[in-house]
Amino acid sequence: MIKASKLAYEYIRRDEEGNVEGIVRALDGVDLDIKSGDFVAILGHNGSGKSTIAKEINAILEPTEGVLFVNNYDTSKEENIWDIRQSAGMVFQNPDNQLVASVVEEDVAFGPENLGVPTDEIILRVAEALEKVGMTAYRNSSPNHLSGGQKQRIAIAGILAMKPKCIVLDEPTAMLDPNGRKEVISTIHELNKKEGITILLITHYMDEVVGCDKVIVMDNGKVVMQGTPREIFSRPDEIKKHKLDLPQVTELADELAKEGVDMPKGILSIDEFVEAFTSRYAGK
Amino acid sequence: MLRDITLGQYYPTDSVIHRLDPRVKLTATLLFIVSMFLFHSFLGYAVAGICLAVVIVISHVPFRFMMKGLKTIWFLLIFTMIFNIFLTDGTILFQWKFIKISQEGLLTAAFMGLRLFFLIIGSSLMTLTTTPNQLTTGMETGLRWMKVIHVPVHEIAMMMSIALRFIPILMEETDKIMKAQQARGADFEEGKLMDRVRALVPVFVPLFVSAFRRANELAMAMEARCYRGDNGRTSMKPLKYAARDGIAYVIMVLFLVLIVFTDKIAALIF
Ligand SMILES: Nc1ncnc2c1ncn2[C@@H]1O[C@H](COP(=O)(O)OP(=O)(O)OP(=O)(O)O)[C@@H](O)[C@H]1O
Ligand SMILES: [Mg+2]
Repeated sequence: MIKASKLAYEYIRRDEEGNVEGIVRALDGVDLDIKSGDFVAILGHNGSGKSTIAKEINAILEPTEGVLFVNNYDTSKEENIWDIRQSAGMVFQNPDNQLVASVVEEDVAFGPENLGVPTDEIILRVAEALEKVGMTAYRNSSPNHLSGGQKQRIAIAGILAMKPKCIVLDEPTAMLDPNGRKEVISTIHELNKKEGITILLITHYMDEVVGCDKVIVMDNGKVVMQGTPREIFSRPDEIKKHKLDLPQVTELADELAKEGVDMPKGILSIDEFVEAFTSRYAGK
Repeated sequence: MLRDITLGQYYPTDSVIHRLDPRVKLTATLLFIVSMFLFHSFLGYAVAGICLAVVIVISHVPFRFMMKGLKTIWFLLIFTMIFNIFLTDGTILFQWKFIKISQEGLLTAAFMGLRLFFLIIGSSLMTLTTTPNQLTTGMETGLRWMKVIHVPVHEIAMMMSIALRFIPILMEETDKIMKAQQARGADFEEGKLMDRVRALVPVFVPLFVSAFRRANELAMAMEARCYRGDNGRTSMKPLKYAARDGIAYVIMVLFLVLIVFTDKIAALIF
């Protein structure tokens, strides 16, 4: 689905006369191979290049070096960008700044309208997309009356209506309250399972990473760790070196292990923790 | 409260007028405004008034609600009438020192006032029965021919609909910034005019910065959703004329003919 090799991107800052003032190498030799139907999380502290990679995948930015293929389209070719944007939709962080229309259903229709989909088909797609994110009841509301989580689900519906193969979400929950966060995360999990849509979730919340198939950790423009959540979180020292946290239970198990309690590495959920703990210590 | 700004106050209810194609309503409003200048007889005012009254009744918009929206315009209306009363020469009915009131003055004032009143009611009827979104689509579709003379119709319509979406958001933000500045001791209510204007600078600077950031993000989100201007764009709710729209056009023509001939008929009768 998404394949990158030696991908690099440089932001070039210029002063008023257009002279180069500084170069930020935001991506540096990134190799990626994301399979169709995967649920992948990208982690990394601020400025590690996560948003840059998202914009590369959406062909908003063109690679400075290396190649990136999305759905077998080369992102550096101008003629491919509309196919790429149709097959890899993008959801941004701020729910207010990505909704275009002042009626929910018209906003969902915006993508298919741009693609030139016939009217009858648009109506079907809008109804279907709203159904999938559970927002059918709000189709005639104004986005201004919705909560943050609901707005993000509308944004997701707007992407779904374009029938993408993959959705890239750049910190979609960063501005939401815990409830809104849960809504959005469970929506994308459902889309991944039921529709087989490839999900690329960029996030700062470790708890959202636990249910993923694969985790990619970035630091300073490079991919520094890759693997299943269990593999990644079994290496707490390495994680901390890249200025990231562990999920709370994992952290607790890790601290206990340091104090001499017999706990396995890479515990991801409270249930697992309880299971591991009781199987060892119950009745003692 | 700020979340719900509606331009020209849409009155949501169901009526034939509400269901008419926005292009019909735009044309009708234009025609009505033009027709106001086509007659001079008393009969003309009666015909226009009756027609307007009939449309108002069909629209299900309560007359009281319409009046409420006209508060600020009453002043203009009364002002015009007073000017007409005192500044028209003719048979004098009443005189006190330099103030004179003539018969002609009273008549022109009454007619002038009535004409303005009709104009205002007629055009507010359009905004009361058409949502801003419908108006935008109506203008985009109805004025599409203007593309031939290089008027960027689609772009203007898109700007209007984005403005409609972001005006309430920016209003709320202004409110937030003002409160934040007040919490830091800013005073927007007191002081001389210049001081008050100066106090607004720390409100508008962050507001502009934020508006530009929003614009930048929105543009990116629109591009990510394959927006490329008007090229090959379709619509979920394309405007389609129904039978009632045809009937409305016929009624419009009849009205126009009637108005044009009232002067002649009036001359025959009186
Ligand atoms: N428009 C830009 N111009 C110049 N430099 C930029 C620009 N956007 C990002 N950068 C730089 O590129 C690097 C990577 O930025 P990026 O936005 O991809 O990070 P990120 O991982 O998304 O961070 P965050 O977690 O804060 O969203 C940073 O050092 C940043 O300063
Ligand atoms: Mg980012």
